[in-house]
Amino acid sequence: MSHRNYAFLLTQLVLRDFRIRYRNMSLGVFWSLLNPLIMMGVLTLIFTRVLRSGGTPNFHVFVLCGLVPFNFFALGWVSGTVSIFGNAALVKRVLFPREVLPLATVLANCIHFAIQIALLLVLAAAAGYRPTRYWLLLPVVFGLEVIFVCGLALVSSSLDVFFRDVRYVVESANTVLFWLVPIFYSFAVIPVQYHSLYQYNPVAAVVLACRNIILDGKAPPASLMWKLTLVSGLALILGFMVFGHLKRRFSDYL
Amino acid sequence: MDIVVLENVSKLYSRRRSRQFLRTYLAHWFRRPRAVEAFYALRGISFRLREGDSLGVVGPNGAGKTTLLSLIAGLTFPEEGAVHVRGRVAALLELGSGFHPDLTGAENVMVNAALLGLSRQEARARFDEIVEFSGIGDFIDEPLRTYSSGMVMRLAFSVAMNVRPDVLLIDEVLAVGDQEFQAKCLERILRLKRAGKVLVCTSHDPELLRRLCDRGLWLDHGRMAGAGRLEEVLEAYQASVAAAPRG
Repeated sequence: MSHRNYAFLLTQLVLRDFRIRYRNMSLGVFWSLLNPLIMMGVLTLIFTRVLRSGGTPNFHVFVLCGLVPFNFFALGWVSGTVSIFGNAALVKRVLFPREVLPLATVLANCIHFAIQIALLLVLAAAAGYRPTRYWLLLPVVFGLEVIFVCGLALVSSSLDVFFRDVRYVVESANTVLFWLVPIFYSFAVIPVQYHSLYQYNPVAAVVLACRNIILDGKAPPASLMWKLTLVSGLALILGFMVFGHLKRRFSDYL
Repeated sequence: MDIVVLENVSKLYSRRRSRQFLRTYLAHWFRRPRAVEAFYALRGISFRLREGDSLGVVGPNGAGKTTLLSLIAGLTFPEEGAVHVRGRVAALLELGSGFHPDLTGAENVMVNAALLGLSRQEARARFDEIVEFSGIGDFIDEPLRTYSSGMVMRLAFSVAMNVRPDVLLIDEVLAVGDQEFQAKCLERILRLKRAGKVLVCTSHDPELLRRLCDRGLWLDHGRMAGAGRLEEVLEAYQASVAAAPRG
């Protein structure tokens, strides 16, 4: 299949996902906004009123900088993981490049992601954070996260065909990651000896870069961007390798 | 020129395939390994098909007919032997596998055309022809769940036929729509055949096979029980079915 047909297939599958999801929701796009708003409200309430950790101005924007990248990561990874098994009938009966299933599923989630990013930027602007030229780095940062999630989804969706437990492992991993990503705490509370290691987690790196750009109005450190690029790129390469190795046997195991 | 070549092809289905949960893999490690129960879905299949050849595959349920088509389509791979196919394959294994009830007929046509390997330009150019052939009319912009099952099948068949394949594989799916539509489908398939395309089809309907195919292959428990001119193969197969004890 040529690159252009591949792109056409990918677009059609992303559109399919998007149409199916939004036709089954009476409130449509509103749901993409509701979830992060509720989480932002709850976390802000707890950390500014109940625990009174204090010290962070505009805590709601601070939290949203963590929630938006994390939400995309968790949703994209889980839905990508079950994309091959969920389309078993198709995989068994139609010959098409199997990679497009997890990739299209992750990319379809990008539409929510974009809506939530817009929400974040609007709330940040409303809280008085003025756009700087560093905002131009945001698409790069979020783009690298999409690449990372695509890589993970390629690995987990192909393993899920052989071990149906993989989806539960992914769900548990997401719960753990919620605490390993600086969503409701700041990077400063991490002990210094772990700083470097902590940044190798791409989701944490995206959140940190996002806060640098939006809250601090400065460019993220080059070392952080390199780590994000390195791990995301490796994840995608690994994803294609694992997937390519396993895909021949998909239809025998589905 | 040979378009489809199967050389001593065997496809193994072992019980291991059912181990899809981690606990069954773990249990397997701790227990003493039993002899792996395996059986051949297909064993020692060889044939060559040239341009314009048409092969009708007969045999009882579970004989390996669908597995054979999956192998030719490249959906699965043989454990032994080799499968060579030249050109674009369209497999009508189960019509409408990629259809979704919440999408309109038109949206489903585009998704399916993309899945079957058409480019954007090809899909756009053939869209009207697909809709015209299906006879769906204005319903094309309605969600698929409002269609009758016959309409869904007609639409699926129309998309698949417009892929313009070099090799067409048909698995028991020709009982599509009403008599008029069936006749239209047969005419379209025969036209492909006259154009030198290769046709492989399975059916339990001998009349249908006689209309479409010249050569026959009889599968029984994954082995070739007979091969040659369709009429001879059908005769031998029907004689064995009639002779088999019932019940």
